[in-house]
This record gives sequence, structure tokens and C-alpha cells, in this order.
Amino acid sequence: MRHTISILVENKSGALTRIAGMFSGRGFNIDTLNVGPTLDPTTSRMTIVVRGDDKVLEQVTKQLDKLIDVIDVQDFRDEEYVDRELVLLRVTATSKTRPEVMQICDIFRAKIIDVQPETLAIEVTGSESKINKFLLLMDRFGIKELTRTGKVALPRSND
Amino acid sequence: MKTRKSSASAKSTSPDRGQVMDGAEILVSCLEREGVEVVFAYPGGASMPIHQALTKSKKIRTILPRHEQGGVFAAEGYARVTGRAGVCMATSGPGATNLVTGIADAYMDSVPLVAITGQVPQEMIGRGAFQETDMFGMTLPVVKHSYLVWDISELPRIVKEAFYIAQSGRPGPVLIDIPKNIQVAKAQPIYPREISLRGYRPEKKADDVAIQEMIGLIEGAKKPVIYCGGGVITGEASRELIEFAERTQIPVTTTVMGIGSFPETHPLSLKWLGMHGSVYANNAANEADLLLAIGVRFDDRVTGKVEKFCEHGTIVHIDIDNSELNKNKLVKLPILSDLKYALQRANAILEKMGRKRVAKNHTRFPEWYAQIAKWKAEHPFSFQDTEDVILPQYVIRELYNLTKGDAIITTGVGQHQMWAGQFYDFDKPRTFITSAGLGAMGFGFPAALGAKIAFPDKQVIDIDGDGSFLMNIQELATAHVEGVAPKAIILNNQHLGMVVQWEDRFHGSNRGHTFLGDPKDLKRIYPDYVEMCKGFGVKCERVLHKKDVPAALKRLLESKETYVLDIMTPYTEHVLPMIPSGKTYKDIITEPHTPRTKTA
Repeated sequence: MRHTISILVENKSGALTRIAGMFSGRGFNIDTLNVGPTLDPTTSRMTIVVRGDDKVLEQVTKQLDKLIDVIDVQDFRDEEYVDRELVLLRVTATSKTRPEVMQICDIFRAKIIDVQPETLAIEVTGSESKINKFLLLMDRFGIKELTRTGKVALPRSND
Repeated sequence: MKTRKSSASAKSTSPDRGQVMDGAEILVSCLEREGVEVVFAYPGGASMPIHQALTKSKKIRTILPRHEQGGVFAAEGYARVTGRAGVCMATSGPGATNLVTGIADAYMDSVPLVAITGQVPQEMIGRGAFQETDMFGMTLPVVKHSYLVWDISELPRIVKEAFYIAQSGRPGPVLIDIPKNIQVAKAQPIYPREISLRGYRPEKKADDVAIQEMIGLIEGAKKPVIYCGGGVITGEASRELIEFAERTQIPVTTTVMGIGSFPETHPLSLKWLGMHGSVYANNAANEADLLLAIGVRFDDRVTGKVEKFCEHGTIVHIDIDNSELNKNKLVKLPILSDLKYALQRANAILEKMGRKRVAKNHTRFPEWYAQIAKWKAEHPFSFQDTEDVILPQYVIRELYNLTKGDAIITTGVGQHQMWAGQFYDFDKPRTFITSAGLGAMGFGFPAALGAKIAFPDKQVIDIDGDGSFLMNIQELATAHVEGVAPKAIILNNQHLGMVVQWEDRFHGSNRGHTFLGDPKDLKRIYPDYVEMCKGFGVKCERVLHKKDVPAALKRLLESKETYVLDIMTPYTEHVLPMIPSGKTYKDIITEPHTPRTKTA
């Protein structure tokens, strides 16, 4: 099972290593990890997607909470949060296939951000299922390169 | 856990400023403010300024160990017997890396420790400078917290936080890595009055509802057992535990870390459980219908195959560390709490219920006591006594009789460690000092040194093996030069006894580099500890015959200075009972090993 965890951490050097090290040292698997600043410049927010059952998740949450640089840990359950991921990719697009690629981009509200003779650079944001669907469709044309932000999440309300 | 709260009482809000001084002096002034009385510090290029500042301190005694590992183990010994943070210090690079084993040891056994290391100057960091090691990165998995000081103005806050974190909640080691340029820079320190750590809230107090639920479970139990550990000692909850056991009349077994938390001479004591624990403790814990796990972590050396441990019983687990609850064992009732608080609440409720303290002649669970008494009679800790050969168990029992249990015992790691736990009875917390979780050989003697510095008037004795003792033998120099008088008993079997035991049991007695003597001269006792001690200026005598043991022990106990006994013991002796790794209490071995006769 995959879980999304949001962690508020002290914005201090070493905090990221400490958290990442805790995962590897205790044998937990990270699918994606995203870090960025928050409204408060002294804190950062990390969004981590973890693989494991409820027992693993309980341990991950508790071990994170134990770290002194970790201020708050939220384990997002279904429906309680919204999440997005941003993906940049370069897809093969000749003059023949370009219209179809662009059409699919339109449907998915993806943006073409660069055009080269043989390729298109595309930016797409969305939920996991949307991104997966989009990538599946693009695969047919040939994805040359791909970079993803990992999931970022926000609770629907602040309780 | 005693936490110094000197700052909390200070009401003044004006900042507490010191004189302008260099970073090293600021550090030393901060250590003095924390009440540090001794540091174990080995100097080097990147920590020299701190040593210069230490020479000017009137409050802090600086002990020069002869190896940084000896220093950190001594600081741990000090911390384990006092409950206050031990402080050790080393220079950058190799000095710092030599501390790592001790830091890991303190982490595994939840020992409050502040380790301070010198670091290369800030502008040299990351360039592969002479004696540069990323100590912050290297110790990340084995510290409770760590700091790399990046600005001299942060130093007072960092030191204050470090001591607070090390000593509060579940204690542990904290590292402070200080670049040399910060040690020599000048500044006016501002000492913080308060600590504000928004990600750290160590105070945990159980809800009365949970305590009531636990007491409800006790009311319905027929075969209850208390299984308690090091948390009771670090939580200073031993008195409350004894009261709780006497009010509920429940038998108590401890982990190795918990030895001394409950008096082993108490009628309710089952001594300790686990791989080499008593048969009756293992049987009782596994067959209990209610297991009260207090300040423990369901370590594999205790549980064996963890799924099978206390398989049919209801388990209540009280701990101050939330991450220990449901980590190794899923339990029915996890209670997150400071142990002293939880036990005080439980005792108060029990008192209201009219459950009086009963110190002996317990009557509440008669069938259960009878069953336990039967196990005790069938399988006491025992050994086959001999005419002349000196058995290690005999030496320890004799030492117990002579000291009447009034001593601090430290150990190395291996057979002697287990025998020390089995054949010496511990009635008080902080008297059995051992590397339990990490199992770090070489711990015993330096730990005894640190303990003796904390309690110079107490008898402090390292019960050691020849392998372990050799690993930090250089600390004899520290003991001699500093005039500290820890004692040491080497149970010398010329082998790595515990590994030999495993070879005997599981590898057909094939010796895989477990002989420590001189293969070219098997008749000679090697190395010659008597001669080595002489070189260090330390008294040592070799004991070869059983009849000489009591007198030799007396000389050791009466000596005003460090004294070493090199007692020759057979390597064929096994620690019993033994639950093989990953097995259950039903697989316990109680029979001595019969060597297979060789057929060509």
C-alpha cells in the first residue's frame, strides 16, 4: 500500500539527510520525496510517498515524530487531502505525429513548453492517476526524457 | 530522569551575557553551567583550543584517556551510574571516528552522553582537509540529535539544548561538532534562559483511563508477570516499580538492561529473562496470561522468535518512547508515558482499592507462585563445582559473597558478562553496568573507570574476559595516572568464549579464529597480563587454583589502587541456560556440552 505523509521540519542543514537516513536505516521504502519552503522561512515541508502496510506506516510516522527536527507529521488518508505532481517530459514528435500529441496535451490540459524539430517538451500537472494515464498515452510516441517533482499534498481543511 | 532545571527557575528576562572570550572558552563556560564535573577528552589539532580553555576551568576535571574509545566508554560508565550526561571529547578525523562505537553504544542503551568533537575550520570543510571526517553525517544513525556549529553565537544555545535532549525523555547521545575557527573566534556569549524546541516534547503522561484499564486486566489475571527494563532505571522509577509489584504481588523479571531495577533478592524476583536468562523467568514470561512490559523494547535477545513470545498472553506495554510501542511486538494495551508517573498513578489507584503492599509471603496468585517455585527448584542457575579448576561462575559467586552485593559491577561482552548477571545478585539500580544492546567488547574497564570517578568511595569492579579486557587495556594507564582505583577480574580462558560456545553448539567445535593465546607456544599463558600490568604500574596477580581465589579476591577488594586479577578458567565451560537465536523458550538448552570424541 502507498501512503502520503506530509512532514513539517526545521529548515536546518542536515534535516533532510536525517529524515532520508531514517528511512534507509530502518528499511522503509520511499516512492517519492519532495521538499520545499513554507510560509514560515524557518520551516520546510516534505511530502513523502511511502510503501508499506499499516504497521509500517505507524512505525514510519512514529520514527519521524521522534526526530527532533521534525515538528509535525501528518498521515494523509483518502479524501482528506488534495495532491498534485508536476512532470516535465520530452516526447518524440515528427511533423506527422505532432498534431496528435498536441491534441492529447489539450485533453489533459498539459502545456507544450518547447518545440524542437523532432521533439516536444511538455509540462503536465495532476493527480497520480491522471499523470499515469497521460504518460501511458505519450509512451506510444516515445518519451525521450522525463523528470517528476514527486507528489505534493495539502489537507482539505486544517483540522 | 533527573534533568537540571536551573534555567527554569531564573525569572529575569534580561539576557544573560558573559565576558568576551573565544569559542573554546564559551564552550567550557557552557559546560560549567550544565554542572559538568568531568570530561574525558583526548586532544588533537582540531580540539587543542578547547583543551587550553579546560586547563583554566576550576570546576571541570579533565581526564585524558589513552584512546578515544576508552574515553567515550568511561563517559558512559559515568553516565550510567549517575544518570547525568557523560561528556567526552575528541579531535577531528580519527579522534572523532574512534568515538563512534561508544556513541552507538549509548544510543542502543539509551545513555545520556554529550560527545564533542573538533572539526577542521569551516572554510576547509568538504575539501578533504587533514584529519577531516564528516562526523555529523557519520553519526546520524546513532545519535538522538547532533549539531555542527556554524556560528559562534549559536554555541551557548546548542550546548544547553544538547544536554537537555541527552538527559530528557528517553536519554541518548548528542554530538556537537565544532570547527576549529569557531573555537578561536572571539564573541560575547549570550546564555539562553529557556529552551524552545518545537519538535521535541519529551514529557509523556499516561491517561488514568489507560492505567485503570491495566489494573482491570490485573484484576482478571491468574498468571501475570512484570517484564521490566532499562527504562525503569533511566526513568528513576525503581522505587515505584517495587511498590507496584508489592501492591499487585506480581512476579518480576527484568531484561539485562533492567538488572537492578527490581531487587534480585526479593521474593517476587525471577532475575532476568532472555537467551541466557533463568529458565523460570523465560517460562513465566512466555506462559503468563498477562505480561506487563515496562520500559522495555522486546529485544530479540529477550524474546527469541518474537511472534511466539508470550503467544497466548495479553500484553500491556508502557514506554516513554512512542516508537517502541507496537514496534517489535503488537500489544493489546500500549501506554505512552513516563514510567515514574504511570507507576505512581497505578500505585495511587491500587491504594484506593485497598491493595496493600506485601513484601513477602505473597498470597494473591497461589497456583502461579507454586508453578514458578517448581521451575525455580528444577532449574536454578547452577554449575558443576570442581576441586581445583576455577570455574568463572564460582569466582563471581565468591565475589558476591565477599562484597555482599554492595559494589558496582561493570562487564565486557561475552560469557563472563552473562555469568556476572547470573551469579551476582543486584538489588539496586545503576549497579550492573554493561553494554547490552550494542554488545561492545572493551566496555568493561573504561566504564569502571568512569563509574569510579563518579563514586570514588564505592567498590567498582570490572568482571571481564581476556578478549574484552585486551580491547581497552591502555586505560590501565589512565587509571594509574589519575589515581582512580577501579578493579578488574579477568576470567581468562584464552579464548573468545561465547563464540567458542556457539562453535561447540552449532559448528561442530570448529575453531574460527577464537583462540587468543599464542599458537606457537600453547603451554604459555598469552598475553602475560601480570607483566603488562607491571608495565602500566598496576598491581596484578595470576590465580591458577580454586583454593587461592577467596584470598586473591580479598586482596583485590582491599586494595586502595587499581588491582587486576588474572584468573585462569577453562574454555570448555558454557553459559547455561541458552535459548538459541531465533528459537523459543521451549527450545532452551540446559544440559552441559559433551565434546564429540574425534574419530579419524
